[in-house]
Amino acid sequence: MAKGKGRQKGRALDEAASGRLRIILGARPRRRDLLIEFLHLVQDAEGHLSAAMLKALAHEMRLSEAEVFEVASFYHHFDIVKEGETPPPALTIRVCDSVSCMIAGAEKLVAALARGAPPGQARVVRVPCVGRCEAAPVAVVGQNPVAHATPDKVYAAIAAGATAAPLPTALGLEDYIAGGGYEVLFSLIDGERSAESLIETLSAAGLRGLGGAGFPAGRKWSIVRAMAGEKLMTINADEGEPGTFKDRTLLEADPHRMLEGALIAAHVVGARRIFLYLRDEYAGLRALLAQELARLDLAGLMTIPIELRRGAGAYICGEESAMLESIEGKRGLPRHRPPFIAEKGLFGRPTLNHNVETLFWLREIIEKGPQWFAAQGVNGAKGLRSFSVSGRVKKPGVKIAPAGITLNQLVRDHCGGMAEGHVLVGYLPGGASGGMLPARLADLPLDFGSLDAHGCFVGSHAVVVFSASDDPRAIALNLMRFFAHESCGQCTPCRAGTEKLSQMMAAPDWDAQTMEDIAGVMRDASICGLGQAAPNPLQSYLRFFAPGARP
Amino acid sequence: MTAPLHFTLDGVIVEAQPGETIWDVAGRRNIAIPHLCHCGGPEYRADGNCRACVVEIAGERTLAASCIRTPTESMIVTTNSPRAVKARQMVFELLEADMPARADAPDPDAAFWTWSEKVAPRRGRLPAKPAAAALHDASHVAIAVNLAACIACGLCERACREAQVNDVIGMGYSGGATRPVFDLGDPMGASTCVACGECVQACPTGALFEKSLMDAQGRHRATVPDKIVDTLCPYCGVGCQTAVSVKDNRIVAVDGRNGPANEGRLCVKGRFGFDYISHPHRLTRPLIRRDDAPKHGERAVDPAHPFGTFREATWEEALARAASGLRAAEQAHGGGAIAGFGSAKCSNEEAYLFQKLIRQGFGANNVDHCTRLCHASSVAALIEGVGSGAVSAPFRAAEIADCIIVIGARPTENHPVAATYFKQAAKRGATLIVMDPRGNPLARHAAHNLRFRPGTDVALLNAMLNVIIAEGLTNPAYIAAHVDGFEALAQSVAPFTPEAMAPLCGIAPDTIRAVARAYARAERAVIFWGMGVSQHVHGTDNARCLIALALITGQIGREGTGLHPLRGQNNVQGASDAGLIPMMYPDYQLVDGAETRARFEAAWGRDLDPKRGLTVVEIIDAAHAGRIRAMLIMGENPAMSDPDQTHARAALARLDHLVVQDIFLTETAWHADVVLPASAHAEKLGTFTNTNRQVQLGRPAVAPPGQARLDVDILVDLANALGLGWRYPDVASIYEEMRSHMPSLAGLPWRRVAAEGAVAYPAADEVTPGRETLFGDGFPTPSRRARLVPTSLTPPDETPDADYPLVLTTGRLLEHWHTGSMTRRAGMLDMLEPGPVIVMHPREIARHGKAAGETAWLETRRGRIEATLRADRDMPAGMVFVPFAFDEGAANRLTNPALDPFGKIPELKFCAARLA
Repeated sequence: MAKGKGRQKGRALDEAASGRLRIILGARPRRRDLLIEFLHLVQDAEGHLSAAMLKALAHEMRLSEAEVFEVASFYHHFDIVKEGETPPPALTIRVCDSVSCMIAGAEKLVAALARGAPPGQARVVRVPCVGRCEAAPVAVVGQNPVAHATPDKVYAAIAAGATAAPLPTALGLEDYIAGGGYEVLFSLIDGERSAESLIETLSAAGLRGLGGAGFPAGRKWSIVRAMAGEKLMTINADEGEPGTFKDRTLLEADPHRMLEGALIAAHVVGARRIFLYLRDEYAGLRALLAQELARLDLAGLMTIPIELRRGAGAYICGEESAMLESIEGKRGLPRHRPPFIAEKGLFGRPTLNHNVETLFWLREIIEKGPQWFAAQGVNGAKGLRSFSVSGRVKKPGVKIAPAGITLNQLVRDHCGGMAEGHVLVGYLPGGASGGMLPARLADLPLDFGSLDAHGCFVGSHAVVVFSASDDPRAIALNLMRFFAHESCGQCTPCRAGTEKLSQMMAAPDWDAQTMEDIAGVMRDASICGLGQAAPNPLQSYLRFFAPGARP
Repeated sequence: MTAPLHFTLDGVIVEAQPGETIWDVAGRRNIAIPHLCHCGGPEYRADGNCRACVVEIAGERTLAASCIRTPTESMIVTTNSPRAVKARQMVFELLEADMPARADAPDPDAAFWTWSEKVAPRRGRLPAKPAAAALHDASHVAIAVNLAACIACGLCERACREAQVNDVIGMGYSGGATRPVFDLGDPMGASTCVACGECVQACPTGALFEKSLMDAQGRHRATVPDKIVDTLCPYCGVGCQTAVSVKDNRIVAVDGRNGPANEGRLCVKGRFGFDYISHPHRLTRPLIRRDDAPKHGERAVDPAHPFGTFREATWEEALARAASGLRAAEQAHGGGAIAGFGSAKCSNEEAYLFQKLIRQGFGANNVDHCTRLCHASSVAALIEGVGSGAVSAPFRAAEIADCIIVIGARPTENHPVAATYFKQAAKRGATLIVMDPRGNPLARHAAHNLRFRPGTDVALLNAMLNVIIAEGLTNPAYIAAHVDGFEALAQSVAPFTPEAMAPLCGIAPDTIRAVARAYARAERAVIFWGMGVSQHVHGTDNARCLIALALITGQIGREGTGLHPLRGQNNVQGASDAGLIPMMYPDYQLVDGAETRARFEAAWGRDLDPKRGLTVVEIIDAAHAGRIRAMLIMGENPAMSDPDQTHARAALARLDHLVVQDIFLTETAWHADVVLPASAHAEKLGTFTNTNRQVQLGRPAVAPPGQARLDVDILVDLANALGLGWRYPDVASIYEEMRSHMPSLAGLPWRRVAAEGAVAYPAADEVTPGRETLFGDGFPTPSRRARLVPTSLTPPDETPDADYPLVLTTGRLLEHWHTGSMTRRAGMLDMLEPGPVIVMHPREIARHGKAAGETAWLETRRGRIEATLRADRDMPAGMVFVPFAFDEGAANRLTNPALDPFGKIPELKFCAARLA
């Protein structure tokens, strides 16, 4: 008769890995929602996630291996190394190949670095937008972003051991308070201002959600405030839309302005805890926020607990419901609506979610009054907006400009005009999702809804300007590949549609009817905005830039 | 409950119940909406990801997935708008672009292709996705993975994680790379997969598919069944309903049906353990022992080559020989020298006939079955305490309980489908309390995991009783209304403080307090237990403590509360109900009651023995001592299942006459004079009563092989050869005669069980649903009140010492059921667990200077076995576990036959051992 099996099913627990893990996790509570944080801790400590450590982590958290693996493998920033596989080199050079960096020559940079990287010591990885488009092309050496990167600059950084993210020089807590900071918050807490009056103020100011959707902020407050039960608040700092870097820029300069806004909002709606979800690419900013949150807490000003959470390289987690899933320690899959998160959000509780910039404006609006803010807009729009401008302009960067400004005005009045020797051919009004517009439509007001007729939208107000030196078709393909890379994979139209369109758009000859059919099902039947908007670059290209289209 | 609402569906105003989705309502109205990621099965959450079911809702920008969207008042929904139809076609076109064509698909009959025919997408326009991962994985024994056909719908993940809560499958990676993964993205065969096959049943494309239906490479379907028969699983007491696929009179696949105990779920045994019935060892002709084949306890017979010991015989000769041998022993030594072992694997009708044959044929009460080895102590305590040995509530009480105690039970291995409900309950937020000296797979889901010292159950449970009484957490109103003996119990447990008991049982006083409070304070709490409670010399005391917990807190008699000993065999409840026990006639009517006996004497036309008969272990002892001279054994395997196997086999060999009726030449049959080839579960019609008291109908799927016959026919012929003059035109007539003796089945006539497929007893009448939860209106005792019985500390019979320093405990493995006579002949199960093991903690193995995978000898004062050492971190230091399914490394060569004084159950869970 046969011999019995000497081992149980599956992988045995490695006691050495278990021991290392317990040291890494320390006294932290083994909460399910901290899974991604713990994966980061292990990846940071060991440079990768070995199968032994993943098994140990599952055991420690009383999860199954599959529950840990599906999360670890979903996010691009985790390196899983199975038994018998070689761990990655100690140093990773991430080269952004998204649209702004592509325009600035990312392909050449990748090729040069791939040839020149010291074998075994560093690896070169192409990554989507790292949120530093004003300094394109960008390579991130370890966690150190190298602006206007060249192979020489990258090698110099490696040689100097400059692989850490520099801490941004921001307005600190004391200076912020010296300038009247947190007075609005305390006027609310002390009852000098009422929650109702602040909702009124916001509505009158016409402040809209500046993550991209443009939902009126005052109305959102009313809805969440009216919900029963324990409420939570999230801050979406997962700024991943290619071409967008305003949230980082604002936070790196003046973090407490946003934090005060968050505390005000949480008090108004009655949220008990705040989760600040920051994209993993912003390592320097993460250190700054951790430092300033600790100071805020120490100063007794953190009137509602704020927990800083770290993304892990997934654009989709900028979608608010996917972000909630991620905060819960899961894969970032967008949820179905209804229910809306205001009703059933984080941990199943009513949740107020705001983008960084939305919160950033609160203090000033309340101090200066809603009329001041509303009057800032032009062409019928209300308020100020932070435009992230990159591409072929003389002075790229975050431009605080009136809502409703046109591209031509923005380039001329805020960016010093087009870059030397470049003529405007077209632009992206709202990052990768917002479609592409030709030069002849550069006098349209840039505001929520104003571009609908042209199949475009402003979204996060990420404006990427391109010229005759750039190939609109290559740009459209770059954007589609971005979506294919970043699709969460949950629903068929987006998962398969972005992949099929990437392949078909790379082919020399296009079957436009079939492509339109795919675009149709993506728009109509995708679960979330990613899939619904992903056909925009294709359809804009066909409409405005393809041979035979009106330029 | 909110009121129904109305909305417009394809131009018609329709009603929707609260919670109903558009897809549900459409389905009710026979509007077929394609669906891939939604299987519609009970307990399957709609996920809305495939988008094959999108419909148009007026005023909404995008289409909506009908499977997950609930209508609102006045909503206007169109399922057949050109936009919706086009979108659905595109979904299929996109999916098909990355799949093999139907003709090359792993299962061209899969639901996907049936829908594709109706949706009629365009083909050939789209490029295929470049294959990134290894798409074919045939590493698993029973299941082939063909990811080329996977549409990433996640049904397998929900099957594994939400329906079964086995948590092996995840949806790994993202975007176009999204795919099901096992553990850490491992080959399925190398993963922790327990082969429940739920994923196969759920998969809409055949990407996960039974190898039994495929070609040798596991790439394409090769078998299409001739018919599918609705029947039951033959294994444990859960009583899963199955749909058995048959091709050419062979079972080729098994699926779960939506039965009250399983809702479509199965475990590895039920789904993949079906081929034992066509194993070459199957008995197909009667056998008679050769005159030149002496009997000896250590004589082994190779079931493949039995003719050194047996010769083939005709049925006429075999039956005559069987009957005459029994009669001869009776004539020489009296009816008391005859004994019979029936089986809890057989139907109610077979159990009834068997005990009737022994009682009517010989006037003897020496009839018993393996319930004695399982829950005899539980039943003794339950009858003494609450007046009934059956469960007070079904195991699905866990679904609404707030607190669930699982003690001395490993349902993930022994009752896997019941375990799914416990795990689901814990995920829902119920407080799961696991008490088991060994690390229990349920513990990952538990709020409290009490790994107490083996054999100290009474100390731990009395400490809980102490806390509940000392802290005033009892339910005085319930006690006053329904319970006797509280004062005596309170006095008895007073010294059992947590502080006093903690050193004995190894559980910290605060933990004992926390657990006692959680149980007592819960709105609804339920206790499940298994053989870890019952198979001790203090097994009855263990059960008494559990009963006391329920009674003093009033955690019984209401939905979601109660006491549930998890029954081990598919019909152990029914066999006991039918009177296959030595002290009672059917329905637990005591044989020593004169009035009762008079009724059965009238019915059966002869004087019956007024004395209670001997129990299983007592019968074996009596055979050894020469007081029992002849036996009839139907489907039971005491040569494997009884403690101290050397002694048991010697006893069997000493019998003057042994008749064994079975489907295989079991270790017991080695010692037989006559072997009668019988029928397997899948070949017979009959009723079976599961652990929940649900009487269910098993239907024949295949015909018995060769000359093998139905067990009821064998019993009738044997009875007639004994001159009993039995006439039963069909199985129903046996059931109805049995029912005439069983008031508890009054509401369950055969025609009702046959029509409904499952009815719980008792039922108030022939139409009212059976009562799942008992004792809401008092107890079936003369006083209508329950009785508390105090207990004291009894150490295990044989404790470790310098010579035998280890504690040996025995039980089952997931893949092998009972003595292995069936499962070891089931190809896939045998491959998964091919041989005997000695299971210890890796550090304990190392301490003995050994390594996992090596063979070792394990010894007790009764015997020694050789088996493979297996490392298992769930084993406590100083403890060894050996499964009892393997004859070549038989656990019961080692076990201690010491009995619990009340239940007469041997202490199979504890004896002293050493590694040689």
